[in-house]
Amino acid sequence: MDNIIKGKVWKFEDDVDTDAILPGRYLVLTGEKELAACVMEGCDPNFSEKVKKGDIIVAGKNFGCGSSREHAPIAIKGAGISAVVAESFARIFYRNSVNIGLLLIEAKGISKNINEGDEIEINMDEGVLKDLNNFQEFEIKPLPDFMMNIMEEGGLISYMKNHLTEIKDE
Amino acid sequence: MSMTMAEKILARAAGLDETEAGNIVMANIDVAMTHDLTGPLSVESFQKIGVDHVWDPEKIVVLFDHQVPADSLEAAQNHIFMREFVKNQKITNFYDVREGVCHQVLPEKGHVVPGEVIVGSDSHTCTHGALGAFATGIGSTDMAMVFATGKLWFKVPETIKFDIEGKLAKHVYSKDVVLNIIGQIGADGANYQACEFGGETTRNMSVSDRMALCNMAIEMGGKTGLVEVDEKTINYLKGRVNHHYESFVTDEDAKSLTTMFVDINDLEPQIACPHNVDNVKPVGEVEGTPINQIFLGSCTNGRLDDLKVAAKILKGKQVSNNVRMLVIPASREIYSQALEKGLMDIFVDSGALVCNPCCGPCLGGHVGFLGPGEVSLSTSNRNFKGRQGSSEAEVYLSSAAVAAASAIKGEITDPRS
Repeated sequence: MDNIIKGKVWKFEDDVDTDAILPGRYLVLTGEKELAACVMEGCDPNFSEKVKKGDIIVAGKNFGCGSSREHAPIAIKGAGISAVVAESFARIFYRNSVNIGLLLIEAKGISKNINEGDEIEINMDEGVLKDLNNFQEFEIKPLPDFMMNIMEEGGLISYMKNHLTEIKDE
Repeated sequence: MSMTMAEKILARAAGLDETEAGNIVMANIDVAMTHDLTGPLSVESFQKIGVDHVWDPEKIVVLFDHQVPADSLEAAQNHIFMREFVKNQKITNFYDVREGVCHQVLPEKGHVVPGEVIVGSDSHTCTHGALGAFATGIGSTDMAMVFATGKLWFKVPETIKFDIEGKLAKHVYSKDVVLNIIGQIGADGANYQACEFGGETTRNMSVSDRMALCNMAIEMGGKTGLVEVDEKTINYLKGRVNHHYESFVTDEDAKSLTTMFVDINDLEPQIACPHNVDNVKPVGEVEGTPINQIFLGSCTNGRLDDLKVAAKILKGKQVSNNVRMLVIPASREIYSQALEKGLMDIFVDSGALVCNPCCGPCLGGHVGFLGPGEVSLSTSNRNFKGRQGSSEAEVYLSSAAVAAASAIKGEITDPRS
């Protein structure tokens, strides 16, 4: 995982739900590429055509509320989004994202101060997010250590492979 | 140490004497449920771990309810894939297309036991807290970990207890109570908290009504819904659960407990308006809104109590020609009881369409799609944009009584009028 991530911003509102990220009619699909082709369709039907590898989603509070469908973070990751930054996340989406290795960043004040199209830089070591267009800086809330370990090992499946015996004995 | 019900259940599951909110615990899972939609991803993830066998084939429940019977080639392939998994792993608790919605079938078949930890790869798994279990929705990769090890880590949640007091007025139900709470605290008002429902009103509610309360806990961000076990719970469990169980209660002085008083004496029927569940208004404010489709069903309000309420209103009346009404019992058991009590005759005579037990239009991926510009009134739990089909459609949520009264007039109608 890179400790400095830079990318172009796509902005979304508060309470972006998992039906907006990945509508129910696509849940029959399981492949990352197929899911990525429908990503954020509920908010913007053409999003999957506009988004580029390395772009970053910036949203308001309660991002990912609703269903437990892991198809939602898979679609976002599959579309090449390098991180989702939000004021806060809904809890199932939060776990699912970490489990599949999609980086989530919580930072207060971003939704009012960062604009669509801005270039932002996330410095994980310094715990700071910078808007390179308006030079504003925001403190980021780090993931709990336990979840950071899962992220750093590439998600829960790789983590499980590495620690299966320990977990079974715990 | 004083603890909440949620803390006590998680401590037991983790083999600890005590725990408190904020701690990370590794809990032993008592029941793990997956269904036809999130099952395939869970199984694919499980296969990637490289473990040959699931930890305990008797503790896993596989159920098909979202796309039943299969409505597309993809759905049929998913069903075949899951049936093979069930067979290869010797999973004993398998319910194919005929049983109904998971959150209704699990309690009916005795898989929901007080004091136990249940995980399901479906966000409305929180429904089972109505019987005093800690039950929560998880994703497919977490489910893969459970399949492989029987364990899952949890951050022990704080508890918000809704002390619900007062007498429900005529045509006001538990759905109205919970919508009112969500309207007050917001869609993330209980984020990562256990939502415990108590007070005199909850104690007077049937198990079915308590399930509707707990079902909606996720719509305020809750990790689980919970209701203390009492005589009604014990009566429900008789003949369904045959092994010993422990029931836990929240200590009033538990550190992580906050209480919210909810007075429902003057509560009117409530409607969640498009496109958020916390956009809640009294029925009077949206009365007269024209409706294209009514959906009576789902894991929220597709139970016998709901069908009875609706049938009473619809008896001898006709569903408006401007409306298509779908009646979808939540399970085969409920379907059968409704037939026996003559409720289905009432629905059919009134012009409603009765479908097989399933999730119905709530999923937006099976039956009863909404087209652009159409409006639905549903007894289900979510009204997100695009939830039931077109992102240019609108979904309103209500109780069964409002749904039935509205079906007759073809517009949102106060059942008290």
